[in-house]
Amino acid sequence: MKNALGVEIPEYIEGLGELQPYQGVWKSIIEDEVPSTNISRTLKAKKAHTSKFCDSLEEAIKKCEPFDGMTVTCHHHLRGGDGVLMQTIEILDKMGIKDITLASSSLTSAHDGLVPYVENGMITKIFSSGIRGRLGEIISMGKLKHPAIIHSHGGRVRDFLTGRIKPDLSVLAASAADEEGNSTGSHGPSAFGSMGYADIDARYSKNVIVVTDNIVEYPCVPSTVRQHFVDHVVKVDSIGDASKIASGTTRITSSPMDLRIARIGATVIEHSGLFKDGMSFQVGAGGASLAVAKFLREDMKRKNIQGSFMIGGVTSYGVDMLEEGLFKAIFDVQSFDAAVSTSVLNNPKHVEITCDQYANPNNCGAMTNKLDVVVLGALEVDVDFNVNVITGSSGEIRGASGGHSDTASGANLSVIVCPSFRGRLPIIMDRVHTVVTPGESVDVIVTERGVCVNPAKPNLAAALKKAGVKVVDIRDLKKEVDSMTGVPAKKELGDKIVALVEYRDGTIIDVIKNVTNLE
Amino acid sequence: MTPKFKAQAGTFESSDIMVLIEPVAEGSGRQVDISSTVMLQFEEDLKTCINQVLDVMEIENVHLIAKDKGALTPTIKARVETAVKRSLGIQEGTL
Repeated sequence: MKNALGVEIPEYIEGLGELQPYQGVWKSIIEDEVPSTNISRTLKAKKAHTSKFCDSLEEAIKKCEPFDGMTVTCHHHLRGGDGVLMQTIEILDKMGIKDITLASSSLTSAHDGLVPYVENGMITKIFSSGIRGRLGEIISMGKLKHPAIIHSHGGRVRDFLTGRIKPDLSVLAASAADEEGNSTGSHGPSAFGSMGYADIDARYSKNVIVVTDNIVEYPCVPSTVRQHFVDHVVKVDSIGDASKIASGTTRITSSPMDLRIARIGATVIEHSGLFKDGMSFQVGAGGASLAVAKFLREDMKRKNIQGSFMIGGVTSYGVDMLEEGLFKAIFDVQSFDAAVSTSVLNNPKHVEITCDQYANPNNCGAMTNKLDVVVLGALEVDVDFNVNVITGSSGEIRGASGGHSDTASGANLSVIVCPSFRGRLPIIMDRVHTVVTPGESVDVIVTERGVCVNPAKPNLAAALKKAGVKVVDIRDLKKEVDSMTGVPAKKELGDKIVALVEYRDGTIIDVIKNVTNLE
Repeated sequence: MTPKFKAQAGTFESSDIMVLIEPVAEGSGRQVDISSTVMLQFEEDLKTCINQVLDVMEIENVHLIAKDKGALTPTIKARVETAVKRSLGIQEGTL
């Protein structure tokens, strides 16, 4: 069957079940509808004054009675410094557990160690919002038994609530926790800020283990994951590489190209009609995207504008803007640098939110639905404004869906900032390798050579032109770029499906085929 | 013409190309070794472009090593031309 973007979607995939084709950004969201599948949480009683402490993660996992075919979940708040997910998999492997479904909220450079476990079939399914590095390469080569599912952050929450992901064991790292499992990422030697992705795991998993390098006296306050969801608590020497977990402050790029794109991006926002008191805003943490915040900050001060709230993906740069009073609050599902933790802990206007509140498409109050402006990056875009943030120029999996499609769908203005080409590879394609965010939810693509406005927004195009922004037809810009770079040779992909891209509503928006020419 | 000296032009920066030239004996022909971050997409284009410059400059005996990080055609041509001129000892005003 074909989905709304013309992609052939299999009706059924062994190990994953029936698939629904993507129909459109809002087509499957029916207001006030209660879905037929709606999972309730597992109740697990304990008697009064019993201890949850286990001497080791191994002991805690044994108590959870792991079994072949189980689903194991983790969060990725420890970013590239995570040491907990690998420990968990190594312990399960030592116990001889096989056929594991791994459902981490994302996978980072810290998880290349999973490669042998995928290759030997210990891990047979992966759900994640991102897959990178060598792990991405071997999955692209077809080494994972069943196709990986790439979901959005909001989509992951919906996957738990509808039973697509059925967590049997969740191992949740915290930078501080007490004996009952009240835990947080906002303080302690390995503080990582918001723990927003872990909430859904804690609430819905059959067995929840909190792992920390820092047990604090009861009660641990403030706490994110609460004691009535936690089965076991483990103190370990280390939850990972502190230097990569807590990585200082995020700096604005010094790349002239990124700064130029960002300057244009901020100008687009200024003349979008949304640049006024009460504006809400989200920006990514990468290069040009974060740099838009720098220019927006200057523009807001110059025009004396006070925004309503920021969400994210929060960097210390966002915290600075909060402290300057440019926004009234930050809603933080994930903190990107160490300096943010202090703000999460101390500033009542810096509100930690769960991923459910952040972006779940099927609840009645996702923050992404309140967004005015979001600025996002792209690996590739196409003439229909579709955006790829998951596969690289050879078709290999090397990125993350994250909140890209969630925020683009909800925001009044979704702005993509990207160079028109990178290292000779044109970014504007006839069709992106993989659609993560559909063009229907993308309003503007900002490049250093001009701004492309979705034809569905003629008024916006007119307003920007009037303001002196260089608005160009995306097909003309593509021609211009191709004439400079040359047209890349077409690469043959295989015909085996190695991953499915799940849109935030649970339908399949694209498939990723195997790459045949990776070393 | 035949290169007399070892020479190079370019950098390893993104969007640039490093071109190295090694003199070879008369009559040993052209050997062009290319590595590139965009090999999959532009291998043929790189070969053609480099050989065109060598043709124009009438360089028949040479070992040219190109390490490309996604340079555009004008950059590639300029780097090859400069490396060749340096190897011939006719490039002025540079190293």
